[in-house]
Amino acid sequence: MARMTDHLGRPIVVVTGIGVVTSLGVGKTDNWAALTAGKSGIHPITRFPTDHLNTRISGTVDFLASSDRGASALTYELAETTAHEAIAEAGLDVANFGGPLFLASPPVELDWSERFSLYASGSEDIGPERLLAIARGLNSLDVFQTSQFGSIADRLSDSLGATGLPITLSTACASGATAIQLGVEAIRRGECDRALSIGADGSVTAEALIRFSLLSALSTQNDMPERASKPFSKDRDGFVIAEGAGALVLESLESAVGRGANVLGVLRGCGEKADDFHRTRSKPDGSPAIATVRAALQDAGMSEGEIEYVNAHGTSTPENDKMEHLSLSTVFGERIRDIPVSSNKSMIGHTLSAAGAVEAAFSLMTMREGVVPPTINYDNPDPAIDLDVVPNVKRSADISSVISNSFGFGGQNACLVLTREPV
Amino acid sequence: MNPQDVVITGIGLVSCLGEGIDAHWEKLTAGRPAPVLDENRFAPYTVHPLPEIDWGLQIAKRGDQRQMETWQRLGTYAAGLALDDAAIKPDLDLCATMDMVVAAGGGERDETVDAAILAQSLTRDDLGVLLNEQLTTELRPTLFLAQLSNLLAGNISIVHKVTGSSRTFMGEEGAGVAAIETAAARIRCGQSTHVLVGGAFQTEHHDMLLGYELAGYLHRGPWKPVWQRQGSEGGGVVTGSGAAFLVLESRQHAEQRGRTAYARLGTVASGRSRRNRDDLGAEISKLLAKAGAENGGMLAISGASGAHKATAAERAALEGVSGLEPRAFGSLTGHLKEAQFPFAVALAALAAFKKQAYPAFDQQAEQAFAGSTDAVLATTVGYHQFEGMALVHATD
Repeated sequence: MARMTDHLGRPIVVVTGIGVVTSLGVGKTDNWAALTAGKSGIHPITRFPTDHLNTRISGTVDFLASSDRGASALTYELAETTAHEAIAEAGLDVANFGGPLFLASPPVELDWSERFSLYASGSEDIGPERLLAIARGLNSLDVFQTSQFGSIADRLSDSLGATGLPITLSTACASGATAIQLGVEAIRRGECDRALSIGADGSVTAEALIRFSLLSALSTQNDMPERASKPFSKDRDGFVIAEGAGALVLESLESAVGRGANVLGVLRGCGEKADDFHRTRSKPDGSPAIATVRAALQDAGMSEGEIEYVNAHGTSTPENDKMEHLSLSTVFGERIRDIPVSSNKSMIGHTLSAAGAVEAAFSLMTMREGVVPPTINYDNPDPAIDLDVVPNVKRSADISSVISNSFGFGGQNACLVLTREPV
Repeated sequence: MNPQDVVITGIGLVSCLGEGIDAHWEKLTAGRPAPVLDENRFAPYTVHPLPEIDWGLQIAKRGDQRQMETWQRLGTYAAGLALDDAAIKPDLDLCATMDMVVAAGGGERDETVDAAILAQSLTRDDLGVLLNEQLTTELRPTLFLAQLSNLLAGNISIVHKVTGSSRTFMGEEGAGVAAIETAAARIRCGQSTHVLVGGAFQTEHHDMLLGYELAGYLHRGPWKPVWQRQGSEGGGVVTGSGAAFLVLESRQHAEQRGRTAYARLGTVASGRSRRNRDDLGAEISKLLAKAGAENGGMLAISGASGAHKATAAERAALEGVSGLEPRAFGSLTGHLKEAQFPFAVALAALAAFKKQAYPAFDQQAEQAFAGSTDAVLATTVGYHQFEGMALVHATD
């Protein structure tokens, strides 16, 4: 009989279901076809006017029923859509999942469309006092729910039949990876046989875009949207804001084998380390990112020599890509030149709270399909970043182990180690 | 005694009653504890305002203070109090290996900018363009981060150097419950040795009140204690600004560094009753049993918000257990949202540590309690969703 516990005697955690939505489409099949074809999902923004904006491109998901119904509704639909794909693939009941839910989602605020319509429906008072006076008379929970941080997970728990108190979390751009880590830890503690980890983000609004713009974080290469996200290139000038979701059904190997489920990959290790340097800049020596990757390897019981592919955070900001190269070359030494390191964000943009989950999903598919998705738009390599970024064209490769990096504003860093086989 | 028991070795509190455990203990055990109220600023709503705080005592650099709106500053401040109290703050190695789970809200928007946009919205048809015009020119670039949910934890890392890990949970009171439950579970199974956990809420902002009032949850009219708001105008919740952070450690870790714990954190039970279908009272009773309070005979530090349905259900469930004497601290501090459960656990730990019960916080609706505080219950039933409880034990 196969071993059911890892090097520390903990239950081995495997993936039995994967779901994904990005600007490239709904579901694994469409996404994988586009991703390996080097196709970009980045396009001009049509959801809201772009007058006065420096950035007029994004990777929004415009093809769902909720795409024009505000951040809360779209985030919910993204999460539920990927959850259904993942749970169905795992051979479980999409209305009765029977395990806890960990949801990475963007912080919610009342949408401007709601503010405008509430304000216009009154005539007394001005400013926020009027909104409060009107709120008192509202006879519906719909608007209220969009202002509650716990609402999306609460409704998802109902719809999917998740158990217990759902956890909604944010670790900025590392959120999706943290959701997976929480699921892994719960299974390792023996609290459950399976868990559902989702990262979902449908929060591209004018205000969200303006906020990131004011931090000079976004690419302004509006003229050729599909060319704007260019991780590791010399002329990279910021990330492209995007939407999407990724969902994983995590399960103890014992449970998966016991019910005859198809094992899609292994969540072998998770690492994290916070940065105390600055709110948007990482410590110049890269030590938190380095510690994050090393912690993940240690948790997985693996050495850096055993990693065959890096699914990079690769945001296409000048700062991140430089720091990520520094940390990878520190951890892997000279060997980093021989390891393929590609950035899914070159095609799908930065899906923020969802990124860690979406990219974990793609990391698993990379191993399963034996194909490494490329880093597109790599025409002017940054000479200071000496990496094999799998430039522009996919590559066939037998990959059995991956690390997936996520580094967030606010200093929250997470790294996942995924492997193909449980051993 | 189990070396992986979870003990509470540091507490940081801020509320309208003051800051720190001594100020709170003194005010809460005064013969007739009294709330601090501001009935005018947000009329018709009453709020429990922040006390005067010298931010520099915990956030030394003014530059750091400027990078945070009040909510983040409040949480960072209270986290510093807890770290100081546990004697962790001066030890950079302990900080660097310390895990952190913050229960966060966020969204302290610029009310002046918003009000100007709303005013102009009545005379414009191109609302999208109006937004772009105004937000690109009027928003302070750093405001985004200064009010962003995960940046409370980010600032705690920057200011106090807690960097073992940093996780932010969201979801009103449930976030506070899950934060403590997760932190305790990680310690019990060896995934963590010491964790900073807590939350903050700064209610003195219209958007923070709006978050309740969109479903009519706020109490209006003259102030009343939590248990006496049924049937009054409005929804029953009176909010407060405040924060509670705890240092949780494994018993072994605390003993090895020679620290005396306030209390041991026993079972933490959480739930998500489907309130449109399930009987909330029955679900709360189940949680009481799960937490180990089904035999009563103890003090129950209740996080009841005053929200009519949830508060009535909690009261009935507590009354269903003989000798379970409630103390709804919300009558004195107001509802602290994400910080409500950490605050409840902190007050329970203090009663266990001091071997003394709190007097009634509400002379009419609460009874004196003469029993032991060797075990004290902490409850939080969300005003709209999510429930949690914990049993806190004296250490000896």
